[in-house]
Amino acid sequence: MLTLTSRRALLLGIPALVLAGGIVTAGAMMRSVPSDLDLALEKPTAAGLYKAAIAPQTNPVSVGSMHAWTVTVLTPTGAPIKAAKIGINGGMPQHGHGLPTAPQVTKDLGGGRYLIEGMKFNMRGWWTLDLAIDGPKGADTVTFNLVL
Amino acid sequence: MRRAAAILSSVLFGAGLLAAGLHAASAPAVRWTEEERAIIRSLALDALPPLPTDPSNRVADDPRAAELGRALFFDVRLSANGQVACATCHLPERQFQDDVPLARGVGTTTRRTMPIAGMAHSPFLFWDGRADSLWSQALGPLESPVEHGGNRTQYAHVIAEHYRERYEAVFGPLPETVKFPPQAGPVADPDATRAWEAMPEADREAVNRVFANIGKAIAAFERTITPAPTRFDAYASTLGAGILNEDEVAGLRLFIGKGECVNCHNGPLLTDNHFHNTGVPAASGLPKDLGRAAGAKLVREDPFNCLGPYSDAGEGDCSELRFMAADGHELLRAYKTPSLRGAAGRPPYMHAGQIPTLADVVAHYSAAPAAPAGHSELRPLNLSETERRQLIAFLATLNPDPDDKGRNGF
Ligand SMILES: [Cu+2]
Repeated sequence: MLTLTSRRALLLGIPALVLAGGIVTAGAMMRSVPSDLDLALEKPTAAGLYKAAIAPQTNPVSVGSMHAWTVTVLTPTGAPIKAAKIGINGGMPQHGHGLPTAPQVTKDLGGGRYLIEGMKFNMRGWWTLDLAIDGPKGADTVTFNLVL
Repeated sequence: MRRAAAILSSVLFGAGLLAAGLHAASAPAVRWTEEERAIIRSLALDALPPLPTDPSNRVADDPRAAELGRALFFDVRLSANGQVACATCHLPERQFQDDVPLARGVGTTTRRTMPIAGMAHSPFLFWDGRADSLWSQALGPLESPVEHGGNRTQYAHVIAEHYRERYEAVFGPLPETVKFPPQAGPVADPDATRAWEAMPEADREAVNRVFANIGKAIAAFERTITPAPTRFDAYASTLGAGILNEDEVAGLRLFIGKGECVNCHNGPLLTDNHFHNTGVPAASGLPKDLGRAAGAKLVREDPFNCLGPYSDAGEGDCSELRFMAADGHELLRAYKTPSLRGAAGRPPYMHAGQIPTLADVVAHYSAAPAAPAGHSELRPLNLSETERRQLIAFLATLNPDPDDKGRNGF
């Protein structure tokens, strides 16, 4: 399970990270990120079929480089979901564009964990990562927010 | 206490006013937030990471290969008419570009020549990213009927006659080139194509290998071409007073703020190395240009790409190609974000040199016209005349320091 500490570590590891809520001052570079943005890296999927968590394999996550992430898919009670099919999408809601690459799940790491390769963020700002999860209980989606 | 000191150190005064000894209160104070300072520093040349390795080119960092590549880069024998070298369009004293809208080799191309400094940091080359390494990029113009205009066996013969020793020291023995036709290759010239198709498969393979190695040597040379420090870099590392004037600082503020230029022009090379449709008008008289939508397919099919038989890459390499976004409406008429280092000194602009001056470029980004095809990512900025002038002033601070000319050979 991802604790607040590990989430913080991820966020603080991103160089010059913009913390949502208050710190983005007038005249700062980007459209301000919504202050109520949910930055949780672990959450239930939209219809509640699963619980999903994401974590970068390398820290910090820097703009412009390729990196791998792991996704963990569990039942709401925490049992690993095996052989899930996971589609990856995303983009920058404030810029109206998608991900610059086409990341894919390349390995089933076991215990409900999957390796995503080919992730890249080519700009600073607010990104979403949308996962479409197809598992034994059906298809569901989940969206994570990342700010870098 | 620390906070006060930080704010004080970020207060700048217009250099001219300071020099004139005017009272500080009459000069507008320049104050950057912590975030802004981080962004400015992230653009500085000293934040540039070391050259990424190129696993697809095992001689990428071999100085002998770079020396060979340098010679090949300037060699006009690598052309149909004995008059065109890489350096014909990539002029070393002109930031390795040629100042004209459309590059001219043995004929006229449909694209603006791109500069070379720092390109080794870029995962995809050409305006449409149809090559995924410096070495595979170098092969394109060699076979283009309007650039070098030659063919693969012709080039293999040039190597055997004039570079045998240097080539073999780096790449090992040349194949027996005497048996190859003088002019053969998969090019526009039908005679050369026929001769190529008549060659045994093994001979074609051997020639392809020599051809790929020509690219790898040129790439090794191009990896040594690095951007020179600028006045902006001096400012970014210290944020000190007296380096940039008031207009330049105001332009920098627009660049990282209201102008949103830094969204795409980010990092020490001021490019995100990606492809964007910014509504650049189609160049008149040229065929339909799909940009990245075509380039992504071409690089995937290129036998000289990172995953191809002439690549030295191993398992797990080539992630840029393997995870490349190859489909989707965003690719249509999307072109590579150019580095802005030196850009103010090299008009005309855009992938076909359609926009003559920097003022016109800034006006384009401010107005954000609709794209001729696909969708522009821009939104109107409505910059005032003053703001446009300030942006242009800032962009000129990214020109290489004239005193530094020749430091790396450019
Ligand atoms: Cu964006």
